[in-house]
Amino acid sequence: MIKKFDKKDEEAGSGSNPFQHLEKSAVLQEARIFNETPINPRRCLHILTKIIYLLNQGEHFGTTEATEAFFAMTRLFQSNDQTLRRMCYLTIKEMANISEDVIIVTSSLTKDMTGKEDVYRGPAIRALCRITDTTMLQAIERYMKQAIVDKVPSVSSSALVSSLHMVKMSYDVVKRWVNEAQEAASSDNIMVQYHALGLLYHLRKNDRLAVTKMLNKFTKSGLKSPFAYCMLIRIASKLLEETEGGHDSPLFDFIESCLRNKHEMVVYEAASAIVHMPNCTARELAPAVSVLQLFCSSPKAALRYAAVRTLNKVAMKHPSAVTACNLDLENLITDSNRSIATLAITTLLKTGSESSVDRLMKQISSFVSEISDEFKVVVVQAISALCQKYPRKHSVMMNFLSNMLRDDGGFEYKRAIVDCIISIIEENPESKETGLAHLCEFIEDCEHTVLATKILHLLGKEGPRTPSPSKYIRFIFNRVVLESEAVRAAAVSALAKFGAQNDDLLPSVLVLMQRCMMDSDDEVRDRATFYMNVLQQKQKALNAAYIFNGLSVSIPGLEKSLHQYTLEPSEKPFDMKTVPLATAPITEQKTELAPVATSKAPEKLAPSRQDIYQEQLSTIPEFQGLGPLFKSSEPVQLTEAETEYVVRCIKHTFAGHMVFQFDCTNTLNDQLLQRVLVQMEPSESYEVVHHIPAPSLPYNQPGSCYTLVRLPDDDPTAVSCTFSCTMKYLVRDCDPNTGEPDDDGYDDEYVLEDLEVTVADHIQKVLKPNFGAAWEEVGADFEKEETFALASVRTLEEAVNNIISFLGMQPCERSDKVPENKNSHILFLAGVFRGGYDVLVRARLALADGVTMQVTVRSADENVVDVILASVG
Amino acid sequence: MDSVALEPSLYTVKAVFILDNDGNRLLSKYYDTELYPSMKEQKNFEKNVFNKTHKADNEIAFLEGMTIVYKSSIDLFFYVVGSAQENELMLMAVLNCLFESLNQILRKNVEKRCLLDNLDGVFLVVDEIIDGGVILESDPQQVVEKVNYRCVSEQAFGFVLFEYITGNTEGQAQKSQPF
Repeated sequence: MIKKFDKKDEEAGSGSNPFQHLEKSAVLQEARIFNETPINPRRCLHILTKIIYLLNQGEHFGTTEATEAFFAMTRLFQSNDQTLRRMCYLTIKEMANISEDVIIVTSSLTKDMTGKEDVYRGPAIRALCRITDTTMLQAIERYMKQAIVDKVPSVSSSALVSSLHMVKMSYDVVKRWVNEAQEAASSDNIMVQYHALGLLYHLRKNDRLAVTKMLNKFTKSGLKSPFAYCMLIRIASKLLEETEGGHDSPLFDFIESCLRNKHEMVVYEAASAIVHMPNCTARELAPAVSVLQLFCSSPKAALRYAAVRTLNKVAMKHPSAVTACNLDLENLITDSNRSIATLAITTLLKTGSESSVDRLMKQISSFVSEISDEFKVVVVQAISALCQKYPRKHSVMMNFLSNMLRDDGGFEYKRAIVDCIISIIEENPESKETGLAHLCEFIEDCEHTVLATKILHLLGKEGPRTPSPSKYIRFIFNRVVLESEAVRAAAVSALAKFGAQNDDLLPSVLVLMQRCMMDSDDEVRDRATFYMNVLQQKQKALNAAYIFNGLSVSIPGLEKSLHQYTLEPSEKPFDMKTVPLATAPITEQKTELAPVATSKAPEKLAPSRQDIYQEQLSTIPEFQGLGPLFKSSEPVQLTEAETEYVVRCIKHTFAGHMVFQFDCTNTLNDQLLQRVLVQMEPSESYEVVHHIPAPSLPYNQPGSCYTLVRLPDDDPTAVSCTFSCTMKYLVRDCDPNTGEPDDDGYDDEYVLEDLEVTVADHIQKVLKPNFGAAWEEVGADFEKEETFALASVRTLEEAVNNIISFLGMQPCERSDKVPENKNSHILFLAGVFRGGYDVLVRARLALADGVTMQVTVRSADENVVDVILASVG
Repeated sequence: MDSVALEPSLYTVKAVFILDNDGNRLLSKYYDTELYPSMKEQKNFEKNVFNKTHKADNEIAFLEGMTIVYKSSIDLFFYVVGSAQENELMLMAVLNCLFESLNQILRKNVEKRCLLDNLDGVFLVVDEIIDGGVILESDPQQVVEKVNYRCVSEQAFGFVLFEYITGNTEGQAQKSQPF
């Protein structure tokens, strides 16, 4: 019978797959034989298989036809054929979402679940729970409880796992089965144990105490199931992380003891848990690393993969801990599984010596085309880290990267490479030309707009300063001809920079600009027209201000100011100096240290901290008319950490005033403070204008009070001042429990630490991408120079850091990084002084006996120059 | 390949699928509904996985942010998929159990024709090993016992006849047993 049946299929189908050309309608037609009596189990079985197969292939069943087939199927419960019954359960599960009224089978399933046939009971429970909702679950609750503690393991497991699935929907019902699950957890059967543990944790995971108790119990009693051990390890490490438990905690001991478990799965889980723990020391890592080392020579590829992947992770933070495995890793670099080989090589690149780099790179380039994008990114990351470690190897790396750049690959992969090349260029001036050449070649055929614009921007910045800038013009202009609007616009900006910096190229650039003015896109045309006109003026200052160094104001601030201006039109032209400055992007110069390919969120234009303060302060009437907020300092603590009152101060600088914002917290639960203000006594001729008290300061609710100070007009050089501060307030004792205060209170005061205002509070950091141009732009009108000896400073690096933090200015041209083994260094700093005057500092440092420093300051205002020099001295 | 710690959970398996040697799906189950919700995405993923894995029998791969363990037999490819942070050995345990169980119910004929002839048994085996992403059973012996499935294959019928002729009564008993 069955054979004949198969034959028929075979003739219809392609021969090798009897199911290949199944027609849904034909199968549903066939399903009519479900209604025949007596039931033919073999034929029905075959039809059910076909239905499930079709569902599995993604065939769409309409509700009506599905319901019809489903109801016909229910008749098959009359047959006692085991396999047929089991296939009925599967059909029920598959059709639970597409057929209507599936609850019709509830009673049949309940009967099977509680029946004598053990083979039916487990699967029936799972099918039943698939079609049950919360209300019906209560009806079968009694059976479920019994099933959980059933002595037949498959029944108990099925009930536990189904309960776990139901937790999402009916937490409150399943919660009542905790005792049964607890009992099941002590079962002898390893799977029952595992499932019970999983359910228990899921029910208790929000109750840390219960989880701790559960862990204690199971770690002591010991479990048989390796799966359950893995689960316990995960729970333990999560708990350790949440409670920030130290490595002397019993939980850590438990995880470490699992390194000696007889199951590899458990050993690996434990090793992995230890490796992933934050702030693990090399000593604590050692046992984990040594088991992973053993796994490296396992015949099982999955184990080798797991081990080397975890070692790779260790090597990122603790390369020295992995060096012991170098020999084992060497053996893996020829592994036939390329994923393993790649991970082994990238790990070795992190731990190995400089001499092995060439060999490893050669090895990896032999199969880099075979591995998946994910691993290619890993390789690029390793190279990027290597370039920082061994700068001398950059030529090898650059070659390798350029080859990778030519291969096919997705966006993430290409971006990782481009970022890596850019960071090499920035680190090593001698690699600049080759790097730029590779990138130029890349943008000739680059489908990613983001990367193309990024590279064009870089070309504009670096290209004009190379010995032969003319060769880049062709690449850039090709983009104007061939690419989309965004890329064309970026190309125009890049061209302008060449024209501004290279006089001999200027005529040609102007010709090209003229062509760009015919562009079909208005942004491209606007840029071209703008640059054209600026360039035709042939003035260095204009070039610097409008082509090299863009706007330094905060964009949300500019938007607001412009909006304000349009609301209140006036005769005066809009003044850029009234716009708050953008706080210098601190990340700008640090990105090269971070791993390159971590998924960076697209940078949003979120309002900066300062924009938020500006908003807050402008709501206070006393502070209106102060002008735009110029700078807000980092908070300064004015109390010790564990005192009755915690006060910190933020200094807000305006054009002629300063506002001190005191954030106070009352940590006494039996006091209510009212009318809180901070009295300030200046040491210099600063004038305290206003105190704005915080009306009330209940327990543990922070509040702010403000003090407004006028800066001395007559002496612009008085930039530093010390204030002695006292907090004054009215205390009302109150009931710690209710917070109900007494009717009358008494005045009291509390002495705070002194507050300093320094020159850094008057200067806002501004990044000048092209310092040289900015230096020329400001001009030498008010240039002053002085030489200082810093006797107490021992290294150039220390001197550089001191100067930066003292002046609070932005280092430019990456001059904050002192090359190793150098005796002299030049530091470039840029900033804007209160009132909107650009100020630039060039400090030549020489290391002899201590550090000698020659400081040159330029600004548009003479006073500012004096202030800076005076404060340095 | 980041290292966000794994939330302790029994949901280990994200997907399991069996493909033929042209990369066509014979059976596949996706347990995480957020992973490839549409049939098109699922098939694309399977195609991608197949293209990257069918040439070399490497046991394990990392694709589209997922750890994939796999095994091939004659003209079949078996895949078990888990998250990037999943314990690779747990996934291996599932794969081995799946393969061993099928090896037993198909009487060592783990190839496409035999698998399709016994597709109902294959569905039942997968159902016994994984339930909604949770590992239900990892011991192939247990799985085979629970499924209690008898293989149909031409070879098996040949054996039945042979055993009948040679007077082996077990074959006879099997044949006369009511379904």
